[in-house]
Amino acid sequence: MLSTTEGYMTPDGRQIGGVVMEMKNITLKFGGVTAIEDISFDIHEGEIRAIIGPNGAGKSSMLNVISGFYIPQQGEVFFRGAKRAQLKPFEVARQGIARTFQNIALFEGMSVLDNVMTGRLTHMKAGIISQSLWRGPAEREETENREICERVIDFLEIQSIRKTPVSRLPYGLKKRVELARALASEPKLLLLDEPMAGMNVEEKEDMSRFILDVNDEFGTTIALIEHDMGVVMDLSDRVVVMDYGKKIGDGTPNEVRNNQAVIDAYLGVSHD
Amino acid sequence: MLYREAGDFSTTYREDNQTFPIRFDRYRYYAVMLIAFLVIPFFVNDYWVNAIFLPFLIYSIAALGLNILTGYCGQVSLGTGGFMAVGAYAVYKLMTAFPDISVLIHIVLAGGVTALVGILFGLPSLRIKGFYLAVATLAAQFFLVWVFNRIPWFYNYSASGQINAPERTFLGFTVTGAETKAWVAYLVCLVFVTISAIVARNMTRGALGRSWMAIRDMDIAAEIIGVNPLKAKLSAFAISSFFVGISGALYFSVYLGAVEVGEVFGINKSFLVLFMIIIGGLGSVFGSFIGAAFLVLLPVLLKNVLVGYFGWQTDVAAHLEFMIIGGLIVWFLIVEPHGLAQLWRLGKEKLRMWPFPY
Repeated sequence: MLSTTEGYMTPDGRQIGGVVMEMKNITLKFGGVTAIEDISFDIHEGEIRAIIGPNGAGKSSMLNVISGFYIPQQGEVFFRGAKRAQLKPFEVARQGIARTFQNIALFEGMSVLDNVMTGRLTHMKAGIISQSLWRGPAEREETENREICERVIDFLEIQSIRKTPVSRLPYGLKKRVELARALASEPKLLLLDEPMAGMNVEEKEDMSRFILDVNDEFGTTIALIEHDMGVVMDLSDRVVVMDYGKKIGDGTPNEVRNNQAVIDAYLGVSHD
Repeated sequence: MLYREAGDFSTTYREDNQTFPIRFDRYRYYAVMLIAFLVIPFFVNDYWVNAIFLPFLIYSIAALGLNILTGYCGQVSLGTGGFMAVGAYAVYKLMTAFPDISVLIHIVLAGGVTALVGILFGLPSLRIKGFYLAVATLAAQFFLVWVFNRIPWFYNYSASGQINAPERTFLGFTVTGAETKAWVAYLVCLVFVTISAIVARNMTRGALGRSWMAIRDMDIAAEIIGVNPLKAKLSAFAISSFFVGISGALYFSVYLGAVEVGEVFGINKSFLVLFMIIIGGLGSVFGSFIGAAFLVLLPVLLKNVLVGYFGWQTDVAAHLEFMIIGGLIVWFLIVEPHGLAQLWRLGKEKLRMWPFPY
C-alpha cells in the first residue's frame, strides 16, 4: 500500500505526483446510522482514483464530504497540503474541486452552452455595472470564458448541440454535458459520481475514453465512483473499496482484486 | 421568406453573443425603436397615452423586474405591489425634500431605495422556497401598504393620507403634475423602459443571469459549481426591486399624479404583474413586454368591442374580462408555461423553415 507523499510510476508509465487530497479518519453519522466509519485515504496528483463498494457502502456520502455537502462528525480533510476548514459547497468549488452527480443535475431550462458556461462562474468577476452595460470587463470575460468552454465542447464532441436546451437531450448526452460543465471550471480535482450508470456498452466506451483523455491531456486528478468492475479495473490507478461505511481494501486494481475481504463483500461469505 | 439566418455567419464569439443574432430581427428591432421614439410622440393624444401607452410602458418595467426574480431566479414573489409603493413613496419623499434636483434622478434613486427594501424582504429566501417564500413576500406586500397608510411621515402629514406629485420640469418640459403633456410623459416612460430592457437583457445573458438561472433550475447543483446562493438570490431581489421601484415611481409621479396606497398598490397589483409574466413568458425579457401589452390591451379592447360595439353593460364586460384572464392563466400554466414569448419563438422557428420545411 502506498502511504508516502512521494509520487509513483504507473504500470503504463505515467508519473503520478504527490498527495493532492487526504482524508483522515473521517466519520459521518446521520442520527443513529453511521454512513462512514473512520476512513482514511489519499488521492495523488494526476491519478484516477476509484471508490467502489456495494450499494449503501457510503461511497456517495464520501464524495459529498469532499465537496462540502456533508459535515463529518470526526476527521480532517487536507487539500493541497493544508488542512481544510469546513467550507460551504460553493467555496469548495472555488478551490478547484468540480463534480458530477449520480442523477444528472443539469440546469434543464438552459442551453448546453449556458450550462457549460456556468462552470466558469467561479472565474467571472466583472462588476454589476459592467455586466448591465455589456461593456468592458464583462464583455471581455464573456469572450475569454466562451473560448475556454468551446475548447471543452470540442473536446467532448458536443459542438452540434451547443445551443440545444438541455431538457431535449437524451440521457447519454446529458451525462456528457455534465462532464463538460465540470471540466469547464478547469478543476484540480474532478469527482465523478457514477459517470457510466445506465449507459450501454458504446456509451460506456465513449465515456471511458473521455475520462482517460481528460486525465491524460489536462492532467486532471480524478476520483470516481463506478459499479462496472470492468471499467473500474481498466481505468483506475488505485481503488478504495468500501462496505457498510468501512474501508475494506485500498490499492492497485490487481491488489484489490485478490483481496479476500473485497471478494467476500462482493460475492458473500459462506457461513459454514 | 425574409426571416432567414442563412448567410448570417458569426465569426466572433462577440457576434454570436448579441441579442438579435439574425439580421432580420435586428432591423425589426431598430425599426420598432425608431417608430417608438420618432413617430408615435407626434401622433399620440391624451386618450392613447393614458389608456394604453403609459400603463403598458410602466407595467413593462414592473414585469421585467418581477421576471428577473421569478422567471430567471425562480423566487416567487407576491410583493410587487408593495415594492411599487416603496418606489412611489420614495420618489414622493425625494421630490418634496429636494425640489431642486431633477425628478428623473429621484426616480432612479427611488429604484435604489426599493432595491434595499427588496434585499431586506429577500432575506427569508435563503431559508425557504416556493409557496412558503410566496407567503413571506405576501407579508411584505401587506406590511408595506400598512406602513405607508399608518405612518404620516411618509405622506408628509397630508390630511387626506394621499400623496400628490408636485409639478416638476426637465429641460423646460413639465414631467409631473397636472400640466404634463401626453407626449412628454410617454417619452419619459419610454426612455426608462428602453434602458431597463437593455440592462435586464445584458444582465440575464451574462454571468449574473446564469447564476440566477442555475439557482432556479437546481439550487444544489448551482452551489456545487460555485454559485453563492446568498449572493445570487439577494442580487436577484435587489435588481428586481430596483426595476419594480422605478415602475412604481413612474406610476405615481408621471402617470397617476395622486395615489392612495391601499387602492393603487394593493395585492391586486401584485397579482396583475404576476399574471403578466405568466402569460407573457417566465424567463424572457420579451415576454415581460407582451404580457404587459396583453393585460393592458385586453380590458381596453373588451370595453371598446363589447360595450362600444355590442352595447353590453359595463359590468358584464368587466366580469367577462376576469373570466378570460383566469381561463388564460390556467391554460398557459398547463399548456405553455413559457407563455406568449415561447409561442412567438415557436412561430419564428416555423418561419425559418417556411415555405420548405425539409
